[in-house]
Amino acid sequence: MAASAAMRDEVLAHFRGKRIQAFVIPGVILAYFVYIFFAFDISGIASRARLDNAAILLSDAVSHRVHVTRDNRRGDIEASIEGSRRMVFSEDQRPDWITIDGDAARIELPLGHSVTYDGPNVTYDHPDYGQIRIWSDDGIQLELPTDNLPDWINASNTRVSITTEAGRLSMTRSRTETLRYVPGWELFFFDLSSPFWGLGVGDVVSTVLQGERIDPARSNLSLMVHDVWYNGIWRHGDVIWALGETILMAFLGTFGAAIVALPLAFLAAGNFAPSRAVRFVVRRIFDFVRGVDALIFTIILSRAFGPGPMTGALAILTTDTGSFGKMFSEALENVDDKQIEGVRSTGANAVQGYRFGVIPQVMPVLLSQVLYLFESNTRSATIIGAIVGGGIGLLLTQAIQTTADWEKVTYYIILIVLMVIAMDQLSGWLRRKLIKGDA
Amino acid sequence: MTLSDSAPRGTDSIRESYLAMTRRKRMYSGIMLLIFVVLFISGFQIAQDRNAGGFIDGLPQLPDFPASVLSEAIEKAANLPGHIVDVLPALLETVNIAAVSTLTGTLAGMMLALLATRGLAPWPRLTGVFRRLSDILRAVPEIVVALVLIFVLGGGPVPAAIAIALHTAGAMGKLFSEVNENVDRKPLEGLASVGATWGQRMWLGVIPQVAPNYFSYALLRFEINIRASAILGFVGAGGIGYELKNAMTFGQGKLDEAAGIFIVLFATIVFFDQMSSLIRNRLTYGG
Repeated sequence: MAASAAMRDEVLAHFRGKRIQAFVIPGVILAYFVYIFFAFDISGIASRARLDNAAILLSDAVSHRVHVTRDNRRGDIEASIEGSRRMVFSEDQRPDWITIDGDAARIELPLGHSVTYDGPNVTYDHPDYGQIRIWSDDGIQLELPTDNLPDWINASNTRVSITTEAGRLSMTRSRTETLRYVPGWELFFFDLSSPFWGLGVGDVVSTVLQGERIDPARSNLSLMVHDVWYNGIWRHGDVIWALGETILMAFLGTFGAAIVALPLAFLAAGNFAPSRAVRFVVRRIFDFVRGVDALIFTIILSRAFGPGPMTGALAILTTDTGSFGKMFSEALENVDDKQIEGVRSTGANAVQGYRFGVIPQVMPVLLSQVLYLFESNTRSATIIGAIVGGGIGLLLTQAIQTTADWEKVTYYIILIVLMVIAMDQLSGWLRRKLIKGDA
Repeated sequence: MTLSDSAPRGTDSIRESYLAMTRRKRMYSGIMLLIFVVLFISGFQIAQDRNAGGFIDGLPQLPDFPASVLSEAIEKAANLPGHIVDVLPALLETVNIAAVSTLTGTLAGMMLALLATRGLAPWPRLTGVFRRLSDILRAVPEIVVALVLIFVLGGGPVPAAIAIALHTAGAMGKLFSEVNENVDRKPLEGLASVGATWGQRMWLGVIPQVAPNYFSYALLRFEINIRASAILGFVGAGGIGYELKNAMTFGQGKLDEAAGIFIVLFATIVFFDQMSSLIRNRLTYGG
């Protein structure tokens, strides 16, 4: 009886402990989140967040702007994409909602809005509000159909801007500019200088297959490929190169680290090390290399080798030598001695013993670790590339920092995600292929 | 012909075919090795050509930067403790980023894993969707999310924390769902027979079985995330990486500060690595 009572008490005490645990752990987590809320100033985020930036980002990611610009000093009018000098429409390339006739222009905006330039005088026709007239003489003058200024018009003596859901018009003394958002990524395949620009898919296919040679020196197919590859705006060739550079960094870094780490791992494994002192020293080297972060190596190496993919590859190589060294030496310590003895009994020397007794045992384990890290290093190489200035990471940071080309940012992000997924598949496929039966 | 004649010929042919097989095998692995070596060397050549400085030219310069940091640190050794104290708030921020993102990422990954494991998911048809979702979350490098969020939310720890948390959720979703596959289903049946809801079945039937495993993965992830948050700081997301970048861009004259940051960063990473491997070992081997 006494024994069972004691047992009962013990079980109940255990239950109480569990019950307290069930409340304490979530409580601690909650308290930590509360602390973080204040430490990270989450309430301040709401005021600092630039939601207009988010809106620009989202709309820019899926559309582009066409600018119709009048230089008010010289008086000429031109239509371009994103206001870029490299993307000015020639006369016959202009979209049909823009008509430019000498010093006059008419721009049809969606929802029935339209803008007319007549020399320096500009009229914005708003279907619900009426005609807004703007002209320039001794400052920018504005004439409205109503007495008070609506909040979507911003007017001062030097600048008037009208922002509606249909587009944006701004006028200063030096220029008048109308923007219209057009869905899609502009000039994705062919830029304005390409003869294929503006053709539909069917037209491009038929030109390639049976059209007259546009450039007598080469076939239409090679012209098409050339135009896409050297597209002046999206620079597909450079982007593909950058992706290749990133993968190259990961490849060289990962496999280079494996090659360096393998012999060192023998020195660090308890059953192979020539002496305890050597083992201790090599282990501490591995720990040190792993402790000095990739970030620090990247900085040191880029000081010595300058920016570029090789620096990135070396940074990955150095960092991973530490991790591989540790993993490999652990794998080597789990090796079965009987096989080595067997090989040695046939008269093999030490090296042959390693080659035929050890390597076949550990190879599958090592290879699968190397391939795992290869996949994850593709991702690291993107970040390291941003720091050392190589690969797709560099292109991405540049595109984000200029904050102009969100469609390019979107394009790069999609490519990066596809690249990582593809490397993931490749490393999984290689693992299954090379390490048969094991998984 | 007698048997005694053919016997040696039999072993001969076996030997022949065995040797032929090893030759073939050796040739295949030789070709594989050759391809690998060619890829590696030519890849290195390409990387070197596209680099600003060559490998051989750069090698002698390798110790220059550490040497100048070291000499400046020694020269102003008296300032070093001060620098270390100065950088502690930034260090705390880096560790907090890692901790909060590991915590939220692990919780989200737990949910994703339960939703993506066949036999446990409340909507069996959607397991594939949640699997793909965690694949995509895992595939997006942290820097992508961090840079976009910095543009929207401004600099500071929050973009980095969100970026790392998203990646952690994806990685954990995959790892945890592999753990979930091996869960013993009997407690689940028992709970279902007394009318437990899905949440109760998971909380009382699955989580107690997998918690040690989850915990050990989360600790491992925490190590990784400390490194990630230091790196993200360098591209502008606050914490110790940001301080390091500032100290570095000043270059000469502020390198003792950089040395202080190096020391603190190194010590932190080693400390948390050791702690987590200690706890993980205790979890697997004893207690």
